Amino acid sequence: MDAVIELWTALPVVIQIMIKIVTIMLPLMILVAYYTYAERKIIGYMQVRMGPNRVGFFGMRLWGLGQPIADAVKLMFKEIVVPNGANKLLFLIAPMLSIGPALAAWAVFPFNAGLVLADVNAGLLYILAMTSLGVYGVIIAGWASNSKYAFLGAMRSAAQIVSYEIAMGFALVGVLVAAGSLNLGDIVAAQQGSVFHWFWLPLMPLFLIYFISGVAETNRAPFDVAEGESEIVAGFHVEYSGMTFAVFFLAEYANMILISALSALMFLGGWLSPLPEAWVDGVFLLDHGFHWLLIKTFFFMFLFLWFRATFPRYRYDQIMRLGWKVFIPITIVWIVVVAVMKVTAMPWWFS
Amino acid sequence: MKAITNYIRSLFLFELLRGLSVTGSYFFARKFTLQYPEQKAPVSPRFRGLHALRRYPNGEERCIACKLCEAVCPALAITIEAEPRDDGSRRTTRYDIDLFKCIYCGFCEESCPVDSIVETRVYEYHFENRGEQIMTKQMLLDIGDKYEQQLAADRAAQANVR
Repeated sequence: MDAVIELWTALPVVIQIMIKIVTIMLPLMILVAYYTYAERKIIGYMQVRMGPNRVGFFGMRLWGLGQPIADAVKLMFKEIVVPNGANKLLFLIAPMLSIGPALAAWAVFPFNAGLVLADVNAGLLYILAMTSLGVYGVIIAGWASNSKYAFLGAMRSAAQIVSYEIAMGFALVGVLVAAGSLNLGDIVAAQQGSVFHWFWLPLMPLFLIYFISGVAETNRAPFDVAEGESEIVAGFHVEYSGMTFAVFFLAEYANMILISALSALMFLGGWLSPLPEAWVDGVFLLDHGFHWLLIKTFFFMFLFLWFRATFPRYRYDQIMRLGWKVFIPITIVWIVVVAVMKVTAMPWWFS
Repeated sequence: MKAITNYIRSLFLFELLRGLSVTGSYFFARKFTLQYPEQKAPVSPRFRGLHALRRYPNGEERCIACKLCEAVCPALAITIEAEPRDDGSRRTTRYDIDLFKCIYCGFCEESCPVDSIVETRVYEYHFENRGEQIMTKQMLLDIGDKYEQQLAADRAAQANVR
């Protein structure tokens, strides 16, 4: 063990950071791949179908677990078609702009107490910035494609993401007021206690608005007008094929996982155990730990799929109404309520 | 008053939660998808699939070249040519069915006075080249020989309604 630590410290800092990044990215990419499988399977089950169940490993079916691998290989070997009249540079940059922020946001994400790549004090701000940067990928993809469907999708997406950004930002302001810190680790620490100490109770409206805005931010059903396959084919990525399309796909699912993980972190106490402190101390699996964060994240990831299987797509003006006339007023009112609760040091949560 | 209750209901996402409960309950519902190549749906004895020409138990082909099927065929898919055979009986020299023209209506089977042309339960077949869709007399007879047991059983089962 000592030898391993010695070897680790002997490595150049750059290599150390690279290894850390890979240990975060690799499981994340596998999770993304299997999230697409879970989506097809869960939505299939909700529609009384079976979902993919043919492709397995070593000649065994294994409930279709090989499907994401097969899909990835297929997309990798497909041709990347750049349409006539497209701006080639922007066309190829757009998918990278889309996935870059989605992965960069994980840099400040704490997986357990103290287990974080970059312990930035302005972590929340950084996350907000990164999640909203993703819209540039969509807009540039839509514009560079030189196609009217892609352009329409980009326009819709831009308007929608800008609208929901505000509600999302205000929801985060509520969290910031309640926790008194922008550091994600401190935000979780402020929720110490039990399931009733987590922020989901005092910040209930903000919690719901944050998650719904997150669904809108990632352009997922029922807010998927940017894709709108029944109206504008596939929206902003209609001209993309092969690996460039796959990168958009990865970015979308990585963003969904990010939103789920952030919801778990900020409103459901991250890695904290739902049981009262005194019961869980030192008890295996009941104690605080990464597995709780994982369970909570999976819950939100499941909600994403559940929503998609349930709700029909919002009409464009309804999306705008919900964002501007419902969410923003509620968040502003609730920020004041949270501030009052904080100032009066309301018992239980803020005392 | 109604407006207020409606407002509160929409604020608490009441309808949305009901929708979620519907899909949530179907998540656990029994799935009845048929896993096609391994499992197959039951086929009716009246199923109208690939055509066949039948023979009598003594091996003599049933078709007497009356050309009723050719006449009744609404898609003009059947082509028949006939001549007296060496023993003087009237037989077809050519019996072609163009499966691209055929609409599988079953009129040929209904019109046949000797139950010669029939439609089998076979529905899994394909062509890989132009021209393969023409079923010649020999091909039809071969199919009939192959499925004779099934064909006879199906005809017997349906005898009271035919």
